[in-house]
Amino acid sequence: MMESMTASPVARRTGDPEITPHLVTEHGLTPEEYELILEILGREPTFTELGVFSAMWSEHCGYKNSRPLLATLPTKSDAVVQGPGENAGVIDVGEGWGVAFKIESHNHPSAIEPYQGAATGSGGILRDVFTMGARPIAIFDSLHFGSLDSPRSRYLFDGVVRGVGDYGNCVGVPTVGGEAIFDPAYEKNPLINVMCIGVLPLEQLIRGKAEGVGNPVMAVGARTGRDGIHGATFASEELDEEGNDSRPQVQVGDPFTEKLLLEASLELIEKDLLVGIQDMGAAGLTSSGTEMAARSGAGIDIDVSLLPVREQGMTPYEMLLSESQERMLLVAKPEHEEAVREVLERWDLQAATIGNVTDDGMFRVREAGEVVVEIPVIPLVDECPTYVREGVEAPEVLELRTRDLGKYRDFTSNKELLDTLKTLLDSPSIASKRWIYEQYDTTVQTNTLEGPGSDAAVLQLPTDGRALAVSTDGNGRFTYLNPRTGGRVAVVEAARNVACSGARPIAVTNCLNFGNPLRPEVYHQLSEAVAGMGEACRSLNTPVTGGNVSLYNETGGEPVYPTPVIGMVGLLTNLEHRVPSSFQHAGDEIWVVGVTREEIGATEYLAAVHGLVAGEPPVVDLNEAKQLVDFLVTAAENSIVRSAHDCSDGGLAVALSECAIGGKDGPTGFDVALDEAPSSVVSAAALWFGESQSRVVLTCTDGDGSALLQLAEKHGVRAARVGTVGGAGENCQITGASYLIQIAADKLATIYESALPRRMTEQAGLTS
Amino acid sequence: MRVGIVRFPGSNCDTDMYRAVTVGLREEAIFLWHKSHHLEEVDVVVLPGGFSYGDYLRCGAIARFSPIMREVIEFAKAGGLTLGICNGFQVLCEARLLPGGLVRNASLRFRCHNVGIRVENSDTPFTRAYEQAQTLHIPIAHGEGQFVADNETLDELEGENRVVFRYVDDSNQTTLEANPNGSARNIAGITNAGGNILGMMPHPERHSLKVLGNTDGLGVFESLLLAVSERKLAAKPIHEGKMVGTQ
Repeated sequence: MMESMTASPVARRTGDPEITPHLVTEHGLTPEEYELILEILGREPTFTELGVFSAMWSEHCGYKNSRPLLATLPTKSDAVVQGPGENAGVIDVGEGWGVAFKIESHNHPSAIEPYQGAATGSGGILRDVFTMGARPIAIFDSLHFGSLDSPRSRYLFDGVVRGVGDYGNCVGVPTVGGEAIFDPAYEKNPLINVMCIGVLPLEQLIRGKAEGVGNPVMAVGARTGRDGIHGATFASEELDEEGNDSRPQVQVGDPFTEKLLLEASLELIEKDLLVGIQDMGAAGLTSSGTEMAARSGAGIDIDVSLLPVREQGMTPYEMLLSESQERMLLVAKPEHEEAVREVLERWDLQAATIGNVTDDGMFRVREAGEVVVEIPVIPLVDECPTYVREGVEAPEVLELRTRDLGKYRDFTSNKELLDTLKTLLDSPSIASKRWIYEQYDTTVQTNTLEGPGSDAAVLQLPTDGRALAVSTDGNGRFTYLNPRTGGRVAVVEAARNVACSGARPIAVTNCLNFGNPLRPEVYHQLSEAVAGMGEACRSLNTPVTGGNVSLYNETGGEPVYPTPVIGMVGLLTNLEHRVPSSFQHAGDEIWVVGVTREEIGATEYLAAVHGLVAGEPPVVDLNEAKQLVDFLVTAAENSIVRSAHDCSDGGLAVALSECAIGGKDGPTGFDVALDEAPSSVVSAAALWFGESQSRVVLTCTDGDGSALLQLAEKHGVRAARVGTVGGAGENCQITGASYLIQIAADKLATIYESALPRRMTEQAGLTS
Repeated sequence: MRVGIVRFPGSNCDTDMYRAVTVGLREEAIFLWHKSHHLEEVDVVVLPGGFSYGDYLRCGAIARFSPIMREVIEFAKAGGLTLGICNGFQVLCEARLLPGGLVRNASLRFRCHNVGIRVENSDTPFTRAYEQAQTLHIPIAHGEGQFVADNETLDELEGENRVVFRYVDDSNQTTLEANPNGSARNIAGITNAGGNILGMMPHPERHSLKVLGNTDGLGVFESLLLAVSERKLAAKPIHEGKMVGTQ
């Protein structure tokens, strides 16, 4: 291995500015960090080197503020083949197959140019997955926007949906699930998190490594232009009010080139022609080159004048930091350089050998032979300064959390209660997402067993009868009011969704969307939420295999709700055992599993009906969550349940309505007495609309209830029969806490289905 | 039966088609590279769905100039069984093998969901495994699937029984609501005058596998198998003929 060494002197390039404290600050580096750079180099950096450090030590690449927190997360289990630190995590799903998956944010670009921001976000995460040697089989999008009453939010929402859709549709990867949440907290800074899932024969797993002295380093795909220079640094800053100054930092996606890259990359990997491969994503050539070298402890020597460019006169600084899309960096085996070229040419792709792997541990960049950058790789990549900060809860959050909610716990009449249910079903966060997912190709690749609209998407695997269940979840409101709880809920809710489909949760990827970590109250949210996630992941044995941190999600000093998003992957060993979410058959017994508690804090009910974000979010008992998951998986394996639906936003009344609206033969009636459900509840609001955790609405064939109860008891889970499924088109009746409502299933469906289209079509003005 | 699936750069339903033929129907399928000039003696040519060349210009407008299209056009004009689905339908129209054209959906949005389509003519090499007026439930997934043609052409298509599929609602009616893209006269699929070329927007290959719970699309491939077998019987002396049945 290399010796620790200092960099050789590098002459100042003609035309480059002098390094001044102001320039250092402009690059997002503190005086202390600059001192460290001087120490690493043993001399003053060149302008180009300063740019390289700035990008690699940004939050986006270097995880300055989050690395110590992320280090506390569990990352290992028998199933994990590749944990954090690679392009994507990989788990073993049996029969020699692996699943590669990762989630990533594209919040800042989407806030400025929603269509391209979202499209390029999809492009980046697809590349992260296929550079592991995996064929992408599904995309999920977790979206958070401001209220749809705002024209700006509608514009962003519309653009993002088109962007995610067009990109995935064109590449031919189905978008099969996700979530869409609307809250004024995201008005100016929407959250666009995209997750990709891929499958690979495990023997084909390849990593982003630059190994083997003398091996050629090749740049492949689109030409490099001046777009997106310093995108990684941009993603690590707050947006200004207008966001206009940052326009050039948004890139334009080309899904057609992506599709060619995908096919060509997989062919190269299948033919075993490569040593390593990595997307030129955030911080472009800089991060891909240095990270690949760092992973193998090697060095890399490239000449940017060999890089295919879109325009003349680009400086090394620009070429190294460009984030032009649809580019990859390959390290080939030298004897295969020609074969690599042939495959790429067959796919009409450009390939240029721009340098080779060295053994001196240096990231060396030349311009027509002249060295312009020489930085030791390891300190640059792995020794980004990290910060553990002091977190303090904001006093106003404490006040909100402890606020007395007494007056919201009851209703005045049956009518008020029915109106409340209608309001919730019409709330865009709860309502049907059909308007979104019908713009996505959900069935290409013919693997979709359960698509959008169910608790988890279920995808056929290329194995003998196995399937994958995937869900993305997060709850910003919970996390805002109690970050520890919010972190836990993201994990247990995702696990519940996956388990409802009958699958055993295996592992997670996470996307942390937070504000500026330099604010103590934001750091508090971040550290607490990560702690909560870690606890839940450990309890469920679902380690974290990677993810993404997006900080500085604020505009004009207003941070978004702290929003950890979890992408949970689960495995069904027999796809025939999968369980749908909605009611299947008239006469089936309806059961509620899990305890309803006196919990209305932080609910959608308070937010949508009373315009109030306050109260203590529901408590997460991790033991209970684990027992419930085990019970659900076993019940599915034994084919005891006909349907299973997670109870979350809007509580039992909404969960039951959703089961009815999605009924197999159309909207279906039912008759339920909520008072029968296991509860320690006193108020009507908590019983009907509370969001206590670890609850599920199940159905089983008439007569199977005793077997279901027995199994529940065996798993230490409380369960009770609450009613019966009716016929299609019949009435839905719910009683509870001395109230009664009755409404036609079709009416519920109309409210639920029309909520988004009504807001997106009737309210004109999809302009910026 | 040997089915040749053309792979344009940007095709993305090619493997689904391959699966439908090899797993759903258990017949042979091969891929035909767009740069090739050989059809490899296939019995049927399929132009699959996708976004050939990114469809950055008019859909299918570039693909029709692909090297292999010279042979595909020859094959189709000589009566060879040719099926274009979604982007493949668009390519067939661009290549003038089928009349009319496909423009952006009336909603101006991409749409993907199951549609009902009624078999308007079960006497074609693509539909004989279906009953006349049978309704199939098959997914669409397109942004530019609105079939347009002048009235004269539409009358001609209808008069010659060349409208093969129409979008219908749950009651098998060709209503406005059932029409997902604004296609003229709810047309979802048409043939050429010779009846050997079919273009359709819905994706039968996506509903050809039992595991997905719906095999309404398989009939298209079963029909082709029947047609190919018949053609082979007709072309060969009887003692060399080999009966091939459907699955």
